[in-house]
Amino acid sequence: MTALVPLIVCLPLLGAAVALMLGQRRRLQVLVSVLSLAAATVMSAVLLVLVDRFGTVVVQVGGWEAPWGIVLVIDRLSAIMLLISALMLLGVLLFAVGQGIVDGDTEAPVSIFHPTYLVLAAGLFNAFVAGDLFTMYVGFEMLLSASYVLLTLGGTGARIRVGITYIVVSLVSSLLFLSAIALIYGATGTVTLALIAERMPDLPADIQLILGLLLLIAFGVKAAVFPMSFWLPDSYPTAPAPVTAVFAGLLTKVGVYAILRTQTLFFPDNQFSMPLMIVAGLTLLVGILGALAQADIKRLLSFTLVSHIGYMLFGVAIGTPLAIAATIFYVVHHITVQTTLFLAAGLIDRVGGTTSLSRLGGLLKSSPLVAILFFLGALNLGGIPPFSGFLGKIALFQAGTIVGDPIIYVLISVGALTSLLTLYALARAWNMAFWRPKKQVKDYTSSMSASLVEDPQDEGIVLKKTVSPLMVGTTTSMLVLTLGLTVFAGPIFDLATRAAANISSPSTYIDSVFPNGTGSIADSNVGTNFEGDSK
Amino acid sequence: MSASLTLVIVMAVMYAAGVYVMLERSLTRVLIGFLLVGNATNLLIFIMSGRPGSSPIVNGASVTDMVDPIPQVLMLTAIVINFGITALLLALIYRSWWLAQLGDEGDTLTDEHATESADEADGAFRSSSDDDDAIAESLDEFERGDGATSDEDTVSSTADAAGRAGASARAASKKPQGDAR
Repeated sequence: MTALVPLIVCLPLLGAAVALMLGQRRRLQVLVSVLSLAAATVMSAVLLVLVDRFGTVVVQVGGWEAPWGIVLVIDRLSAIMLLISALMLLGVLLFAVGQGIVDGDTEAPVSIFHPTYLVLAAGLFNAFVAGDLFTMYVGFEMLLSASYVLLTLGGTGARIRVGITYIVVSLVSSLLFLSAIALIYGATGTVTLALIAERMPDLPADIQLILGLLLLIAFGVKAAVFPMSFWLPDSYPTAPAPVTAVFAGLLTKVGVYAILRTQTLFFPDNQFSMPLMIVAGLTLLVGILGALAQADIKRLLSFTLVSHIGYMLFGVAIGTPLAIAATIFYVVHHITVQTTLFLAAGLIDRVGGTTSLSRLGGLLKSSPLVAILFFLGALNLGGIPPFSGFLGKIALFQAGTIVGDPIIYVLISVGALTSLLTLYALARAWNMAFWRPKKQVKDYTSSMSASLVEDPQDEGIVLKKTVSPLMVGTTTSMLVLTLGLTVFAGPIFDLATRAAANISSPSTYIDSVFPNGTGSIADSNVGTNFEGDSK
Repeated sequence: MSASLTLVIVMAVMYAAGVYVMLERSLTRVLIGFLLVGNATNLLIFIMSGRPGSSPIVNGASVTDMVDPIPQVLMLTAIVINFGITALLLALIYRSWWLAQLGDEGDTLTDEHATESADEADGAFRSSSDDDDAIAESLDEFERGDGATSDEDTVSSTADAAGRAGASARAASKKPQGDAR
């Protein structure tokens, strides 16, 4: 059973190597990448069942005991994230394969896509299973380097331009993360999460504050939290549709996962509750106000993506076990629904020839299935009962009212407002793209669409392309998955509650990594730390 | 915890300079800034290994004198990662320079001499140098034989020739490869 843990990282990496060698033989390359991701999905499902039944799995890599060696830890939260991201990666890969088949294999953006995509998957898995900060950093770097390549696929002018912004921003956040690791090492003498969790409360409050803020800023850039979210709506929509979908679904959530993990483990007293609340509220509001002004569906979705990160931060800020459970449920919901919506936007781009609302129309008649896909996804994201978006938000709000601070009530009203505005933005998009007859598109005036701003990189081209059954099929099955989250919300929320119970007190995590206690480690540690100076 | 003051000062200067350069518009400077900040971070990790002057991990040294090896391991990994990212950034900078110089059509320019064999290319080169000789000769003759023409004419015709040469040189530099003439 423990062999599965490193295997889930190694298998996509091996797949990437094989896929790179098979660059000339495209069918085989597709087969290799689909098979390795399918295997990863199965493995993560098995891991989730095992972890849920028998408790946290800990692997000491190479037999070097923590804290001296690398330790991989899979608790319920990690297993949930692994399973959901493996499912999304597989779905998006099938969509990309379908698109490649339609576009003609010779035109598809080069043979580098599959290997890079698998490296991205390996990096994601690595970040989720990491039991120490530095392994997490390595996982981040793997997935980020892969994402740099995927974002600039084909090397067109627009992609290079936004790609460089994205890369420089990500590099700065990575360096901040690395500096945070260095300082944490200096302060606690270790990079193992469990040991840091034990030593952090003994540090002076000011040092804790510096370390916590550094981590929050580093992860906040990755999660696109408000003041650091400006890069996202410009860079994501430029990439090819499948790449945007997987970025939107998963990359920001790695940041959220890291925030969730470090906040619950290192700062169990929830010192950062107030700043997180303020930032969460601003993220919700600013993001959704940006979405209201967008004429381009992909940009609109990117802004809602930024906005809804606020809900998850809100959950982390409340910090009770119920709130953490609601956050985990919301993360799962948001990953699936955003990926599905971006894939649906990719379909709109092909059947309508553009994603600009000012030129789309009459799609309900010409492609009713796409209309249904987008409609259900939009209702779900907007939080209409009985969908999972509604359930997640209700759980968050309920967890908030139990604590009942005044600022929490402010946040709840901001959250409800954001939910309504999301619904408004998406319903308007659906109305204009699908419901409005084609012949009304010219000279269309409406007070609702007066404030729409076009994508600055939009060249006004309408270029329709055919859609393969595989693309529609994948998007449909992803939508079925999001509906499944609604139908099976009870068991899934129970699972999230158990996962939250795992992480809401650090002692559970520490005990699973160090079953014999940490007493013997503290004495033999060679590293120097601040303890000596901080009398 | 004790650390070498020199290292701390060097790190601070590198951070400051790196952040300053990173804020410039030019991509090459951004890259240099990234390298400086990245190495400053490596130094920070190194400083965290504690008092300088401890012995490396070798047989025979006592455990209490040994330096903490973990920061060195972290640094090595970070250096390798930075190295890879730098290579990628350089490729992107080159690509963005290419696009800025030639635009998207830079990709579609074909090498018109790609199908020529070496002999043909050689022949073409020789015939063109023959042409140059012939032109020089006729110009000389023109100056010697036709001294009666006004100076202005000569000047304007050479200026014309220079202009044409300049134009063709520019055209040649537009082509990314091939054409050495």
